[in-house]
Amino acid sequence: MNTVPWLTILLIVPAAAAVVVAALPRRHATLAKQLTLAVTLAVLVLAVIATFAYDPDKAGFQFGQSYDWISTFGISYSVGADGISLVLMLLAALLVPVVVLSSWDEVDGGGAGGGRVPAPTVAPDRGMPGGSVGDVGPVGDVEGIGPVGDVGGGAGGTTAVLAAPAPARPVTFPPVETRGEAETPGRRSVPAFFALLLALEAGMIGVFAATDVFLFYVFFEAMLIPMYFLIGSYGPVTEQAQRSYAAVKFLVYSLLGGLLMLAAVIGLYVVSADNLGHGTFDFATLRQMEITPGVQKLLFLGFFVAFAIKAPLFPFHTWLPDAGAQSPTGGAVLLVGVLDKVGTFGLIRYCIPLFPDGADYFAPMVLGLAVVGIFYGALLAIGQRDMKRLVAYTSLAHFGFIALGVFAFTSQAGTGAVLYMVNHGLSTGLLFLVVGFLVSRRGTRDVGAYGGLAKVTPVLAGVFLLAGLSSLALPGTNSFVSEFLVLVGTFTANKPLAIVATCGIVLAAIYVLYLYQRTMTGPIVHPDNKVLHDLSLREKLVVAPIVALIVALGVYPKPLLDIITPTVTATYADIGKSDPAPTHPAAAHPGAAHPGATQPVATQPGGHS
Amino acid sequence: MSADPIILLAQTQKITPPSIEYSSLSPLLIVFVVALVGVLVDAFATRRARRVIQPVLAGGGFIAALVAVAVLHGRHAVLASGAVAIDAPTLFMQGTILVFALLSVLLVAERQLDSSGGVIVASAAITPGSKGSTAQQTSAHMQTEAYPLMVFSVTGMMLFVASNNLLVMFVALEILSLPLYLLAGLARRRRLLSQEAAMKYFLLGAFSSAFFLYGVAFAYGFAGSVELGKVADAVGAVGKNDTYLYLSLGLLAVGLFFKIGAAPFHSWTPDVYQGSPTPVTAFMAAGTKVAAFGALLRVFYVAFGGLRWDWRPVLWTVAILTMVVGAVLALTQRDIKRMLAYSAVAHAGFLLVGLAGTNTDGLRGSMFYLVTYGFTTIAAFAAVSLVRTGDGEASDLSQWRGLGRSSPLLAGTFSFLLLALAGIPLTSGFTGKFAVFQAAIEGDATPLVIVALVCSAIAAFFYVRVIVLMFFSEPLAEGPVVVTRPTLTFGTVGIGTVATLVLGVAPQPLLDLANTAATSGFVR
Repeated sequence: MNTVPWLTILLIVPAAAAVVVAALPRRHATLAKQLTLAVTLAVLVLAVIATFAYDPDKAGFQFGQSYDWISTFGISYSVGADGISLVLMLLAALLVPVVVLSSWDEVDGGGAGGGRVPAPTVAPDRGMPGGSVGDVGPVGDVEGIGPVGDVGGGAGGTTAVLAAPAPARPVTFPPVETRGEAETPGRRSVPAFFALLLALEAGMIGVFAATDVFLFYVFFEAMLIPMYFLIGSYGPVTEQAQRSYAAVKFLVYSLLGGLLMLAAVIGLYVVSADNLGHGTFDFATLRQMEITPGVQKLLFLGFFVAFAIKAPLFPFHTWLPDAGAQSPTGGAVLLVGVLDKVGTFGLIRYCIPLFPDGADYFAPMVLGLAVVGIFYGALLAIGQRDMKRLVAYTSLAHFGFIALGVFAFTSQAGTGAVLYMVNHGLSTGLLFLVVGFLVSRRGTRDVGAYGGLAKVTPVLAGVFLLAGLSSLALPGTNSFVSEFLVLVGTFTANKPLAIVATCGIVLAAIYVLYLYQRTMTGPIVHPDNKVLHDLSLREKLVVAPIVALIVALGVYPKPLLDIITPTVTATYADIGKSDPAPTHPAAAHPGAAHPGATQPVATQPGGHS
Repeated sequence: MSADPIILLAQTQKITPPSIEYSSLSPLLIVFVVALVGVLVDAFATRRARRVIQPVLAGGGFIAALVAVAVLHGRHAVLASGAVAIDAPTLFMQGTILVFALLSVLLVAERQLDSSGGVIVASAAITPGSKGSTAQQTSAHMQTEAYPLMVFSVTGMMLFVASNNLLVMFVALEILSLPLYLLAGLARRRRLLSQEAAMKYFLLGAFSSAFFLYGVAFAYGFAGSVELGKVADAVGAVGKNDTYLYLSLGLLAVGLFFKIGAAPFHSWTPDVYQGSPTPVTAFMAAGTKVAAFGALLRVFYVAFGGLRWDWRPVLWTVAILTMVVGAVLALTQRDIKRMLAYSAVAHAGFLLVGLAGTNTDGLRGSMFYLVTYGFTTIAAFAAVSLVRTGDGEASDLSQWRGLGRSSPLLAGTFSFLLLALAGIPLTSGFTGKFAVFQAAIEGDATPLVIVALVCSAIAAFFYVRVIVLMFFSEPLAEGPVVVTRPTLTFGTVGIGTVATLVLGVAPQPLLDLANTAATSGFVR
C-alpha cells in the first residue's frame, strides 16, 4: 500500500501557508506573493507526483487515511482519492498558481504590466439593487497608482486620490523603487488576499479529498468564507455596493443550500444509526447501506439542492453572474473553475451512489433542468454587455451539459461529464483571465467599450479566441472531447434530450463569436483602445499552461480519461446502471462496445480504456 | 394525603432536622458566603480598596466553587430532604455558569476602557439630568455593589439548575433575578436607557415569576407535592385531575420560557440587553440562559417526562415562533446590542429544538450548545465594548462601518464570532447546532430541524451584514475608536474566541463530558 499521505500533505501545505501569509505585515506584500507562488507551485508538483502514484485500475479510494475526529458522532478525518476527485484536485492545484501569478498586481495595483490605468469608470451594471450599504464612490480608489514617497507614509494616498478620478488614459507610471507597498489606511491588504487564496486552495483540496460526509460538509461550507471575502473585499474598487451585494448573495445562497444539505447529512447519520446500530459518516460504509426509497428521495433532495445551488443549475443560478462579475479576476477563475465543480462533483460522488433510488426518481427533473440551463444560460450570455457576467452565464450552460452527462446514467456520459468539469475549468478559467486582462487595461467590463483590439493586442486576441473556441467545444480543443462524450452517452440513454441539447452548441457558437466580434474585430472606435498594451511576459506565463493544456487535451485526452473512466464506470455499475445494450449490429464487434465508438477518434478513449 | 404530615407533626411535637450534606452543597455554599462577605466588604472597606478587593473576592470565589464542582463529579444524589439534586447535569451546568461568571467578572472589573473608570455607574441613585448627574459621568467611583449582586445572582443560578423541588426552584429564580434587575440599571453611560431596561426587566420578570409561582401551586394541587419526583409519579398515576396538571405545566413553562427569552415571552430581551452595562448583558446572555435552560430541562425531563406527547406540540410551536421571531426581527435592527439580543432569542429557539428531541442526545446536545453559545456570546459582547466613541460604546451599526480597515484584528475576531453564531463549520457554533439538530432528527422532529435550518440561513444574513459593514465599506472619517490597550476585556475576548475555535475543531472532550452527564441523567 502507498504510505505517503499525499492528500493530507496537499491539504496541510496550503493551509499552513495561509496562516503564515496572513500573519505577514502588510508592508511585506512582495514576500507574501513570492511565498504564495512558491507554495502553490509546490502543491502543483506534489499533486502531479500523486497523480503518477495513483493506480487507476485499482478499485476504491487510494491514498486513504482515517483518524477519529469526533467519535461521539462517528465523525472521522478520512481522506482518499478516486479518479474523479483526483483530476479535480489536479485542476485546483493547477489553477491556483495561475491565479496567483495573474493577481500579482491586482490588489496593490503595482502596474508591473506597464499598461495598468486607474479605473474609476463604473461599468453599467443593470438590475443591481444597491443594498443597504451606501456607495462611497471612488474616494478609496488608489488602485494602479505607483505610490510616490516612502513606505508607510500617507502622502502617496493623497496624491492617488487626487489623480484617481481622472479619465482613464493610458498613462504609464515611471517605475518607483518601493512600488505597491504604501500603507494608506483604506488600502486593501495584499498578504490577506493571498492568504485567502491559499485558504481557498486548502478548502478545495479538502472538499475533493474528503471521504467522510461530515468532513466533506465542513470543507463545503468553510470554503465559502474565503471566497466571500475575496468578492467583498477585493472586488472592483469603485463598485462597493455591488460587490457587497454580490458577496452577500453568494454567501446566503450557498449557506441556505448548505444548511438544507446539513439536514440531509444529519438525516443520513440517523438512518445509519438505525440501520447499523452506530451512526457513521464514512462514505464507503454509507454507500453499502440500504435506505428505503422514500427516505432516499428526501435525502437526495437535501443534497441535490445544495449542489444545484453550488454548481449552479438553472433555477438556482442567480447568484453566479453577480459573484462572477464582482470577483477579482483570480477569484472568478477559482469560483467558476473549481468551486462550482464541487456542486457537480457532489452530484456524481454523493447524490448518485448514496441515493440511487432517489437519483432514479428525480433524474427526469434534473435532466430537464439541465437542458433548460443549457439554453437559458446561452441565451442570457448572448444578451450580456458586461463581459464577466457573460462568461458567468456561459458557465450556466456548461453546467447544464455536465448535469446532463451525470444523470444520463451511462458510463460514457458520466466520463464525459467529469472530463467536462476539468475542461470547463480550463476554458472558462482562461476566458475569465483574458477578460480580466482586458478589464485591467481599460477599467470597464462593458463590451461596448472595446472593438478592434485584435490589431492592437494580437496575442491577447489570439488567446481570447482560443479560450472562446474551447468554450464552444470546437473539435481539436479539449472541450470537444467531453461535450461529445456527454452527448453520445446521453444519446444512447435518451435520444430526444440529446438532440435538443446538441442544439445548445449552436447558441454557444453565437455567444462566443459575437463577443469576439464585438471586442476584437472591426475598427477601433475608442481612442483609448489604440494604445493598449499586449500581454506582458507575466501574463503570457499565466495563460501559457492553460493554452497548452487546451490544445493537448483536445488532441490526446487519454491520460485523464484513463484515470476517470474506471471510477465512473464503477460508480454507475455500483448502482446497477449498466450502459444500454447497443442496438446496432456493428456493436457486436468487440472493438466497438459503444455506439460512440463509430464516432471520430477523439472519443475512442472514453469507450475503451 | 397532603394534610398528613401536619397531623403527624402535631401529634409527635418533634421535628427531625433534615440532614444536610454540606460537602455536596459546597459549590453553592462557597458562592453564597462570598456574596455575603462581598456585602460586608462594601460596608467596611474604603472606596479605593473595594475596587480591588471585590473583583478578586468574586473571582476567587468562583474559582473555588469551580474546584468544588470538579471534586464533586460523579455525585448522584438528592439532598436536603429532596430540595436539591446534585447529579451530573447539575454539576455540568453549575461549572458552566461559574466559568461564564468568571469571564463576566473580568469584564465588570475593566477600568481601562472608559475614560472615567469602569462601566458601572458611580451612583445609581442620581436621577439623570438632575444636579450631579454630569459630575458622576466623569467620577472615578463605581457602585462596587455590582460584584456581590453578581455573586448572589450566580448563587441563584446554581441553585436554579440544582433544585429538585418547585418551591426551591422558585426561590432560586428570585435569587437569580433580583440582582440582575438591579445590575441592569447600573450602566455608566446612557443612564435613562439603563434605568428603562432595569424597570422593564423588573416588571416583566416579576410578572413571569408570578406565573411560575401559580404553576407551582397547581402542581401541588395536582400531585400533592412540589417535589419533581413526586410530580412525575403523579403524572404516571391515573385518575387525577388533569386540568390542574395542564395548568401547572403551562404556567411553569411561561415562567421558564420568559427566562430563556423564548417567543412570545421575549419582548424584554432587546431592551434589557441594550440598556444594561455590556458586561452585565454578556453575563445575562450566557449565564441566565444556562441556568434557565438547566431548570427547564429538569422540569420537562424529570417532572413532566411522562407527559412528553402532550407538551411536544407546545414546544414545537414555541421553538418555531422563537426562531422565526429572533431571526426575522434581528434583520431590522440598527443597534448591535439589540441585534445580538434578537440573535439570543433565535438561539433560544435552536436550543428548544434540541429539547424537542426528548431523548438523551437532546440533553447532551443542549448542554453542549449552552457552553458553546455562552463562550461566543460573552466574547462578542466584550468585543462590542471595545469599540467606543467619546460617548461610550459605539453600538449603532452605522458606526461600525469600515472597522475592518482601521482595526483589522478586532474586526476579524468579531467576524469570527459572528460566523460562529451563524453556525459556520470549524466554529463551536456549528458543532453545537449539529449536536442539537442531530438529537432532534433522532427524536423524529425533522420538520422542526428544517425550520431551524432555514432560520439559520436568515440569521446568517444579519451576521454577515455586520461583516459587510466592517470589511467592505469605507471607514467613517469620524469613526469610533477601538481600544487597543491590553486589558481584561482583551483577555475575555481572547478566551472566548479561543474556546469558540477549539470547540469547533476539537469538540470531543467537551462532548464526552456532556455525554457522561446526559447518560447518567437527572436524579429524582
